[in-house]
Amino acid sequence: MESLSFLGAGLNAAGLSSAGSLLAAETAEGIVKASGWFLDNAWLVPAFPALSFLVILFFGKRFPKGGSEVGIAAVALSFVFAAAAGIQWIGQVNSAGEESAVDAVTSTWTWWVNGGIQFSIGTLVDGLAVVLMFVVTTVSLLVHVYSTDYVAGDRRYTHFFAFLSLFTAAMLFFVLSENTLQMIVGWELVGVCSFVLIGHWWEEKPNSDAALKAFFTNRVGDIGLLIGVAVLFFAADQTFSVLEINRMALSGEISHLALLVGACALLAAVMSKSGQFFLHTWLPDAMAGPTPVSALIHAATMVVAGVYLIARLYGVFFEGFSIAGSSVNLLAIVGGLTTLVGASLAFVQRDIKKVLAYSTISQLGYMVLALGVGAWTAAVFHLFTHAFFKACLFLGSGSVSHAVHSFDMKSDMGGLRKFMPHTYRTFVIASLALAGIPPLAGFWSKDEILAGTGGWGLAGGTGGNGAYLVMLIMGIATAALTAAYMTRCVYLTFFGEFRGHGTPHESGPRIVVPLWILAALAVVAGWLNLPKGFQLVPEGWTTRFEHYVESSADYFPSIAHAKPSWTLAIVSTLVALAGIAAAARYYFGRVRAESPRATEMGRGWTKRSRLAGAGHTLLAKKYYLDHLYTGVIAGGIKGPIARAAYKFNQEGIDRVVNAAGERSVKAGHVVYDIIDQKVVDGVVNSSGVAPHMAGEEMRKMQTGKVQSYAGIVFVAAALLALVFIVFI
Amino acid sequence: MYVSQFAVLAAVLFAIGVYGILVRRNGILVLMSVELILNSVNINLVAFGALRDTISGEVFALFVITVAAAEVGVGLAIVLMIYRNRRSVDLSQMDLMKG
Repeated sequence: MESLSFLGAGLNAAGLSSAGSLLAAETAEGIVKASGWFLDNAWLVPAFPALSFLVILFFGKRFPKGGSEVGIAAVALSFVFAAAAGIQWIGQVNSAGEESAVDAVTSTWTWWVNGGIQFSIGTLVDGLAVVLMFVVTTVSLLVHVYSTDYVAGDRRYTHFFAFLSLFTAAMLFFVLSENTLQMIVGWELVGVCSFVLIGHWWEEKPNSDAALKAFFTNRVGDIGLLIGVAVLFFAADQTFSVLEINRMALSGEISHLALLVGACALLAAVMSKSGQFFLHTWLPDAMAGPTPVSALIHAATMVVAGVYLIARLYGVFFEGFSIAGSSVNLLAIVGGLTTLVGASLAFVQRDIKKVLAYSTISQLGYMVLALGVGAWTAAVFHLFTHAFFKACLFLGSGSVSHAVHSFDMKSDMGGLRKFMPHTYRTFVIASLALAGIPPLAGFWSKDEILAGTGGWGLAGGTGGNGAYLVMLIMGIATAALTAAYMTRCVYLTFFGEFRGHGTPHESGPRIVVPLWILAALAVVAGWLNLPKGFQLVPEGWTTRFEHYVESSADYFPSIAHAKPSWTLAIVSTLVALAGIAAAARYYFGRVRAESPRATEMGRGWTKRSRLAGAGHTLLAKKYYLDHLYTGVIAGGIKGPIARAAYKFNQEGIDRVVNAAGERSVKAGHVVYDIIDQKVVDGVVNSSGVAPHMAGEEMRKMQTGKVQSYAGIVFVAAALLALVFIVFI
Repeated sequence: MYVSQFAVLAAVLFAIGVYGILVRRNGILVLMSVELILNSVNINLVAFGALRDTISGEVFALFVITVAAAEVGVGLAIVLMIYRNRRSVDLSQMDLMKG
């Protein structure tokens, strides 16, 4: 922490006392201890939706609107408290000044004590937690409002809102976790809620299958979480505290091997929860749930939990994977592969929600990639901006399906821009943000990630934690693919001629207003972290997000920041525009020229070229991953491996058993004749005869008459009394 | 305090109860004899409790009385059922469990 000088601390303390701040207290080494009512009482933020879950569950049906108003009120309160905490946090950072680090605000209560180890429960609020609280409560509030229209008249309306509340509460609880044990609780709660909500319409088999798939795939990763937490617990002198673990990881008190093992185990958890390649297969299936749930899962809760886990325990990952060492590491590879796989799969989907699902996978890959190359702030910033435009896209797709009663772009959509102007406009804005067109939100965060790879050594823009050229190429390729598949999606949904039945109509205000709010956020959210050095705005307005969110306290690694470069920004914009142009030329040009109702060209290049056809099949089959899991792995265990085991059983083990059996039969005959018949039987027979004779005698006592039994009891009692008197 | 007098009374009651159980043939009289035995125990409990100046003897006696009431309720119900089935409550005839 070179930036934290004693001088700075002294100046800061003086500044504070003169300002008469009642919130901040100064400690040694330039780390300012922050406090504030909303920061200290952050537990209220998850408490409101948790309470509303219970109220809706037990009394929801008695409310005039089926409990939805309780959920909305609770989440709105949470939102207010989260925003207030955010404002207080900004105030703390401001009053601490540029030179000092603000320590995270923790409040802990002892849960229980066992064997000298204290298990505590509490809240940890810093810039990262504040951002996540804001994102979760904002998106959740809009989703709640949206749902009152979207699931109106559903048979389990009340139940739906109860679990929406619990989902929000679980995610907020996870975000505010003070220790890793608490994180596991929040993590599992989020998993259970997603299971319940994905399977909301469980009467149809595919829905309950999708819920089970999501749950089981997540269980695979959860084992990694348990192992990782246990490894870190023992490596860090038996503490669960997130801050303590990070501090010890960074100060070198935990061995590198332990950190590597812990980080790998946690990465498994992240891969399942955040849909990273190759445990991403549950995520597209999770589209079986109601659309608001998909928006909540994909934008604010659930899938960002994995990214948040890395960001929260960044000390562990930073040291464990030697991110500062500029070598290519597992985190960056997983992220890079995921972002490409997701983007390429989004091309061949017919289902509008599945396009968005694969897009989410791809964008989550971006975040993990950014974390892998040390661009922590860029990753969190992308999480922040992505939440808004992805929620907008999902809710937009829900609005479309509300009108045409289907999610199939090819058979039931097309030409909807005339029928649904609001949905169309917000969807296009969010698509452009996702594609990374300036000045929308996605551009700034995506560009920051690309710059953070440090692979752009040209024209002055460099820095970062190393030169990850491969990651840069993956990122740029994904940018082109993203722009192209979103163009395809927009064309198939909103352009051409309507291919469905009936006349679609625009959705009501409870759907349209959240869409516009999210679209507005998708435009402006990126301006919170304008890069330094572009001289577009005054210096004081740039990198605000980084300033308030990225901690410089001792629990956070000192990461290098990449310098933004004009050339990279222009190149990535051009790449995105090229992606749009290529897809537009194909769809708006040639496909529409064939027929306004067409969705693909009759003799497109996938039909003409065998290689392209094979590529299409590979994508359509989702890289055969589902086949691998259910066919090869599960089927393999059931089929060939089981058969091989049976064969081995029959021929190997059985032969030994049979031979052993034959020998023992022969030996048995000898033993039988001599020992068994003569010796043992003699004893057994005589032991049988003796009780028989005794029984004959005892039988006479069993008269069946109550009084004779009573007599025996009295005689026995008298005898016992006699013994008692004589001997004691 | 003449504990011996209470003890003798209890012993006499107990002996009468045992006699009744062993000798009488009428089921109802046997049940009454059981009650006699229980009450002889109660007398002992109260007497010795008073001797030791503690209330627990009386408390325990109260418990015994309660249990005895329940027991006699069940016992009389059984006797009633036997009477309905056999038109008699003679215990000497009841030896179905003879071994």
